[in-house]
Amino acid sequence: MSMFVLMNLTLFGILAATAVTISRLRALYEATMLTALFSLVSASLFVLMDAVDVAFTEAAVGVGISTVLFLGVLALTRSREDVTPRIRQWPARVVVLLAGGMLVYASQDLPRFEGATTPVQVHPVTDVYLRESQDDIGVPNTVTSVLASYRAHDTLGELVVIFTAGVAVLLLLASSPGPGRREEGEGPAELVLADYRVLRVISKLLLPFILLFAFYVLFHGEYGPGGGFQAGVIFAAGFVLYGLVFGVDGARRVLPRPLAWAMIPLGILLYVVLGLAGMLLGGEFLDFQGLRPGDPQAGQHLGILLVETSVGITVAGVMVAVFFSFASRRAAR
Amino acid sequence: MSGSLYVYWLIFALMMIGLYIVISHGNLVKKLIGLNIFQVSVFLLYISFGKVRDGSAPIVKEGIDTYSHPLPHVLILTAIVVGVATTALGLALVVRIFEAYGSLEEDLLHERDAASGVDGPS
Repeated sequence: MSMFVLMNLTLFGILAATAVTISRLRALYEATMLTALFSLVSASLFVLMDAVDVAFTEAAVGVGISTVLFLGVLALTRSREDVTPRIRQWPARVVVLLAGGMLVYASQDLPRFEGATTPVQVHPVTDVYLRESQDDIGVPNTVTSVLASYRAHDTLGELVVIFTAGVAVLLLLASSPGPGRREEGEGPAELVLADYRVLRVISKLLLPFILLFAFYVLFHGEYGPGGGFQAGVIFAAGFVLYGLVFGVDGARRVLPRPLAWAMIPLGILLYVVLGLAGMLLGGEFLDFQGLRPGDPQAGQHLGILLVETSVGITVAGVMVAVFFSFASRRAAR
Repeated sequence: MSGSLYVYWLIFALMMIGLYIVISHGNLVKKLIGLNIFQVSVFLLYISFGKVRDGSAPIVKEGIDTYSHPLPHVLILTAIVVGVATTALGLALVVRIFEAYGSLEEDLLHERDAASGVDGPS
């Protein structure tokens, strides 16, 4: 048994144990923290399977943003689950066993794990992405060149989904402030964290470094793991940390709400304008070859950087705005 | 022969635990947590298709010839961020449901609906 298999089995074992414990826990705060652990371990597994960009994203999203969102919702609702009646458990177990058995049976037709001759590896597109991209685009991180250039239409679609989900959250939470109307200066539970001097100083110290790191991830995405999605999430995480310690009002003084809301459509607009610019310069929609006449590689570099920037703007705007709307809901209660 | 399929079976096991949480538990937040576990397992399945023996991360460098396939990475990278956006949407619905019903247990919600007519609370 090789080292790789051993590490795989160990990580999967931790994941399975965590998932079973989550299923049995009735305390939802603990279940949420274990979900963060689940994300972190799965990020390690992604690294083991060579998906460094994915691991980066999973670590930032699963451990950071989504945990904070779950905790925010638990603060607004109830953090204890009712006992699941036995009558619900058995049918679910039967269904899961049947579905799992069917999947295992069907898996016999799947290509072997790690095989070099699987349909994924022998498809002609593999050679285009891994070899020809070096001449066409000249970006070492092929994940970035596929994301922002070869499959730029796809990424635009994903960005629109994020935009739509973000707008839907804002619509759901911004309207009707709920039973107790919000009063300024009320809420004794708020601003408690800012009373701790260590937290106050450390979070203020960390904020510029987190934002700087986000920009590093954004501009370094062509050469190493990183890019617009990760940068946007890290950028948002900086403001989430600030908002957690200094309260929503404190964070709004640093990043006013209209600005966060404006970032959401701004990124998509920039993306579409970039695509149209490619058309005006004689190419197709989202074709970056003509951005720098006479030097297609430089045009691709510029296009990729602008795509990553616009993705980062929208993702950061959605994450910050969503966090603010959950957190100010708490102030309303 | 089937030894090289073990990773898929482990992923299916995780998937089924997530599915079990979604269908057996009545609490809506717990259902979303289960959905998250299911989602991460699907991500793992996609990434496992791209992995190749002795491959390295798809960042081209002199002297390395074998790379894992970058396309699953791209698809899953964007799916993770889309996933958190849709989870946030689910959580926003959970908050609104709690404010309207005062509970997050599925059985209780159905009872309230049945008691106050088909349309739910006023």
